[in-house]
Parts: sequence; structure tokens; C-alpha cells
Amino acid sequence: MSETATNQQTEQPADIPDAIIDRRRRSSSQLIWLIPIVALIVGLSLAVKAYVEKGPVITISFKSGEGIEAGKTKIKYKDVQIGLVRSITIAKDRSSVLVTADLAKEAEGFLKTDTRFWVVRPRITGSSISGLGTLTAGSYIGMDVGKSKEDKTAFTGLETPPVVTMDMPGRQFVLHATDVGSLSVGSPLFYRHLQVGEVVSSDLDKDGETVTLRVFVRSPYDAFVRNSTLFWHASGIDFKLDANGMTVNTESLLSIVMGGIAFQTPDDFDEAPQAEQGRSFTLFSNKDEALKRPDSIVENYMLVFKESVRGLSVGAPVDLRGITVGEVTKIKAELDPSSKNVTMAVQIRFYPERIKPRSQASTDQKSIIDSHKLLDAMVKKGFRAQLKSGSLLTGQLYVALDFFPEAAPARINWNRNPALLPTIGGNMAQFQTSLMKIVQKLEKMPLEELTGDARKTVQSLDATLKSADKLLKNIDTSVVPETRLMMEDVRKTLDGANKALAEVKQTMSADAPLQVDLRDTLRELGRAAQSLRVLGDYLERNPEALLRGKKEDLR
Amino acid sequence: MDWPGRSAAGQGFCSCHVCGLVSKLEQDDLAARCPRCTTRLHFRKPDSLHRCWAFLIAAYILYIPANLMIMMETGTLISYRKDTILSGVIHLWHNGNPGIAVIVFIASILVPLFKLVVLTLLLVSVRRGSTWGIKHRILLYRIVELVGRWSMLDIFVVTLLAALVQIQSFATVRAGTGAIAFGAVVVLTMFAAMEFDPRLMWDPLRKEREL
Repeated sequence: MSETATNQQTEQPADIPDAIIDRRRRSSSQLIWLIPIVALIVGLSLAVKAYVEKGPVITISFKSGEGIEAGKTKIKYKDVQIGLVRSITIAKDRSSVLVTADLAKEAEGFLKTDTRFWVVRPRITGSSISGLGTLTAGSYIGMDVGKSKEDKTAFTGLETPPVVTMDMPGRQFVLHATDVGSLSVGSPLFYRHLQVGEVVSSDLDKDGETVTLRVFVRSPYDAFVRNSTLFWHASGIDFKLDANGMTVNTESLLSIVMGGIAFQTPDDFDEAPQAEQGRSFTLFSNKDEALKRPDSIVENYMLVFKESVRGLSVGAPVDLRGITVGEVTKIKAELDPSSKNVTMAVQIRFYPERIKPRSQASTDQKSIIDSHKLLDAMVKKGFRAQLKSGSLLTGQLYVALDFFPEAAPARINWNRNPALLPTIGGNMAQFQTSLMKIVQKLEKMPLEELTGDARKTVQSLDATLKSADKLLKNIDTSVVPETRLMMEDVRKTLDGANKALAEVKQTMSADAPLQVDLRDTLRELGRAAQSLRVLGDYLERNPEALLRGKKEDLR
Repeated sequence: MDWPGRSAAGQGFCSCHVCGLVSKLEQDDLAARCPRCTTRLHFRKPDSLHRCWAFLIAAYILYIPANLMIMMETGTLISYRKDTILSGVIHLWHNGNPGIAVIVFIASILVPLFKLVVLTLLLVSVRRGSTWGIKHRILLYRIVELVGRWSMLDIFVVTLLAALVQIQSFATVRAGTGAIAFGAVVVLTMFAAMEFDPRLMWDPLRKEREL
């Protein structure tokens, strides 16, 4: 204690108590250091947690950064947010925009080499409107997880959303076409007018000659795609004016607007195996073209017609009693040098398979030879080709095959290539010839004589008329007088009746004495009745008058 | 430095911090008790510096997650945000509320940092027995003590919003991990300021005078 302290102590009153000294206790001052340790543990655990929970960072390159904002644009998978765009930079070559994004930890397994990213914006296509939600909430980056085994963190974003996501059940097929037509990604795929899929991609092939389309057929409709299935353009309206008249073919209103593809398996090939994923098919330009393809055997024949082929066009059907068994492939005029005659050569494509023998025959080489023999026999029986008018309205012609037993005998010229099938004049030509025949016959008729005969007939008629006149006169003289007598009698009777009626009328007339008397009598009766009523009234009012008599009026 | 008066401790008097009774105590003894209410008596808060340092270090540690981690999650019909303190300030600044942004920045970032720095300064100066700028230091200490509880502004906002705004899909506010850390920082700095015994600042002055 210092000197000053003791001085103070003496100045102070002595009643300041001494502190109690009790048993010494260990200080717990070291325990306080638990607090920073706990804080450290908490801080570290938070850091570890943040580090562990931190998902992968990916970069996606897009052609443009439209609608993407750093720190705002989300990455969504199945509409669930799994990431956020961290930054957007322009690529060094300035060709694209590099988007860096942080993904959630659970998205780690999603980053496969075939994982796809695209920007979801409001989009209006012919068939649908999508991404409307982004109008208010802003664009986001959509994601479709791939199936590949390899991981990847740098991706190239798609410019348009994929039509088909990986997890959609179904199968993809490849179609080769010469022309993409009005098809685009998202164009519908129809099966029996039902939309069962979409076009996934369309690319021009490297050679620039053909296009390759990838289509997706949803499950379970993908089972209807078989190895022999035919695909064709169902775009727009297929308007056709041909020998069958006017045909309008269309799949649906949607396909008119935005195009589409239809497919069908020909009935004969229903048993074909289901097509595997990625199988290539040819895309035909229309249904007719597609459906005629299954004929594996195609025979070419040449038909020579003498008449005009005006109205016959390439593609016109070759018809066997209403069933199309072929088509016209070429039409040309041929000059026969020897006879200096022009004939019309029409080449047809014939599908013998469409005429099925009753016994199911196989279609091997032998049967083709057989079919030659068969055709020979048929021609012997009058099997001919003929030009027929399909429609009077359009004047379109088609080739009809039929049996004409009365036709002049002919044979198939197998030596020529294509073989020459005998023809018979068309029905138009036949019509013309028969008309000519009628004219000729008319010409031959002895018109002069006929007129002479007619004159004679007229003369005799004149005579007949005269005799008729006579007859009438006779009737007039011999028959009529008696009738006149009879008529006089009748008239007398009628006169009598008239008189009687006049008398009656006189009696009944207004000024007749009987009528006047009657009227007077009635008037008298009326007066009597009136007097009676007056008496009655008076008696009612003065009943005493019966006893006392009528009082004099006081007046 | 001239300073009036002499300290009670220098004269062997010790006041009880519960009942206020002044008793005689020859030297700082851990076993001394108040004769009236038997509260332990000390000239100075025991282990004041240790405790203060401990709380301060804990506050420093938690200051990092408080600023880095998400303070508040706000989900509305059209947007969903996760904000740290700083991102919230930036958001406010860019969205036409620079005034509020400044207030939040001061209350949530500057004030806790100021408290931490000031307390560190005080502790270091006391440890070194410095007598420099004692008037300013005492002013700083008062500010720290006064401002302490008001630093809970953020926590108030977050907890109130989280409790009030729960309209499911329309608008939801949730407190993030950062809010817990931030709250811890505020509480820890308050404790640190509480544990700090300002009388320690004059002790070197007395020693200087006695020398």
C-alpha cells in the first residue's frame, strides 16, 4: 500500500466493513475460450457445408445472350430450378456468348455429353404457344439430361427448344427426302390422322441433293412403325385433277398450315417386324407415290394407239376393271417410216402383283416367266388395252385393260423392249366410228323416193277427207229431222211449266190481295195485344179496379 | 496527462456490483465476498481482457459467414431471390432506394465492423498499457456500448418479415443461415463490450502517476 492510500484510509470513517474472505475457488476463466472455439467450429462447418453443397460450374455457349441476365436467369430441369447464371461473357472469337452458371449439387449427375441446354422464351409456332410463363418471370435456360456415360461441363446451347426430351418414351427414325417441303422442326407426324409424333430435326445432306429428317414417334404408337412402313409428305392440300376426277387429300387443318408427315404400313406387310430406333426410311412426296412402292415386280409395256391421246397424262392410271394395276410413264408420238403413219406410243408400268392368282404364288423369277405365258393366254382370250375417258367433265383419259372377246386376234410382241401389248380402239373412237356409220346409213337412205311416196299418201288422205265430208252431210240430212220433232215436244212441255210458275209468282207477289189481307189481320192482332198489355199493367197497379171499377184521373 | 481524483482500488476500497456496498479489500482476491450480500468482490472484472478477447474472436469468426451467407430468401410470384447482406444492399441501390441501401449498409456492415475494430483497439491499448488518447478511447467505448443493441436492425427486419410474409406461393420470406451468424456476431460483440472493463483504461494512468 502506498503512502497516499493510507492517508485516505485514515480520512475515511472506520465503519467500512472488511470483505469476507472465504475458501479459494478455482477460476473458470479458461472456459471462456470455448466460445471462440465453438464459433470457429460453426464457421468452419458452414464453410465446409457451403463447399460440399456447391454444385458444378458449367459454361454454355449461345449464339446470342437474349433474355439471359447474370445473377437472374435460372437453369431449370423439368421446371425445377437447379442453377443460376453467374456471368455472361462474349467468346474470344466474338461468335457466341459464353454463359457461366452455378448448378446445384444434385445436378452433378446431369452433366452428360449429350445434355442439352436452350433458352426458354415465349414462342409461338403454328401448332402451339409455349413459354408464356417467361413473359412475367423472364427467360430461363431449359435443360434436358442426356443418357451418355461421360461427363462434361462445357456445352453448346440449342437455338430452339428440342421437340423431344430424352425421357419421353418413343423411338426416333430417319427419313430421307428430296425436298423438305413445308416441314420444319416440330411438324406433326400423323398415323391414321392422329398426331403421334414430331419432326425433331431437318438437315440438308452434305451433297446438297437430299435432306435428312429425324422424326420422333411417341410410345406406344412407335410400335406401328414397321420395317415396311411408308412415310409421305402430308403437307398442305393435295389437289389433283385426273382421270378419277377431282381429289382433295389432306391430313388435317394443322398439316395444311404447318405441314406434316403421315405414315402407314401397307396391309400386306402388317406382319413385318417393328422398326428399330434410328432406322432409315424414304419420305415420299405424296401418299399415292408412297403406296405404289410396295410392288416389287414392275413390268414395262408399250401400247400403241392410233387415236389421239389428248387427255392422257404421265401418271394416269392403268386400270383393270376399276383396280389400278399400273400407271402411264411415257407418252410419245412415233412415226412409222414405212407407212408414213403417226402412232401414239404409250409406255406403261404394270404391277402384276396386284392381280393375285387365286392360289398364293410366290413372286420369284419362275413365276414371272409364268406370268408371261399367262399374259399370252390372256391376250389370246381378248385381253387388250384401251383408252377410256375417266371423266367427261375433265376429258382426262386413262388406260383400261379388259377382255374384248370380239377383238381381232393379236399377240404380245415380247421381242420389243418394252414388250408391245396389243390395243383396241378407245371407246371414244368407237363412238366416233359408230356415229360415222349412222351418218353413212343416213346418206344411203332413198330420200327422194320417200318424199314421192309421201306426196301420194297426202293425196289419198285428201280423198279420204272428202268422203268423210260427204258422210257428215248424209248424217245431217237423214238423222237430224227426227231429232227436231222431239225437241219441239220438249219445248211445249217447258212452256206449260213456265205458265204454272208464273201463276205461283203472281199469288206470292207483295201486292197480291191475299198478302194485303194477311198484313191487315196481323196489324189488328198487334193492337189487341197492346190493349191487353195496358189492361194488365193497370190491373197490376190498381187491383181494386176489378171490384170498384176504374177511377177517374185526378188531373 | 493530468487526471483529477484517485481510484478506489488504489485506496483499498472495493464496491459490490450487486448491492453497491463498499468494503475494504487489501488486494484483488478471488475469494473475497461482499459482507452484505456475499457477492464475489473484485477491484476489476476478473479476466475481463480474456473474456473480451474470446467473445471478440468468436465474433470475428462469425462475421465472415454473416456476410457471405444468405441472409434472407424472398420468394414472390414473379421472382425468387436469395440475398446476402451485400447483395441486398446492391439490389436496393440499383432499384431506386439508395437511402435505404445506405442505412442497411451502415447498420449491417459498417457498425458491426466498427464495433469489432474499436473493441480490438481498446483491448490492444489496454494490454499495452497505453495512455494515449484516453478521452477518445472512452468516447469510442461509449459509442460501442450504446450502438450495440441497435445493430440487430437486420435481424428485426428478417424475423418480422419471415413471421409476417408467409402467403405461400405469392410471397414468402425466409431467414437464411447468414441471419443466424449475423445475430451471433451482434450478440457476441455486445458481450465483448460488456465484459470489457473500461476502468482498465485508467489503471496505466495511475501507475504512471505513482511512478
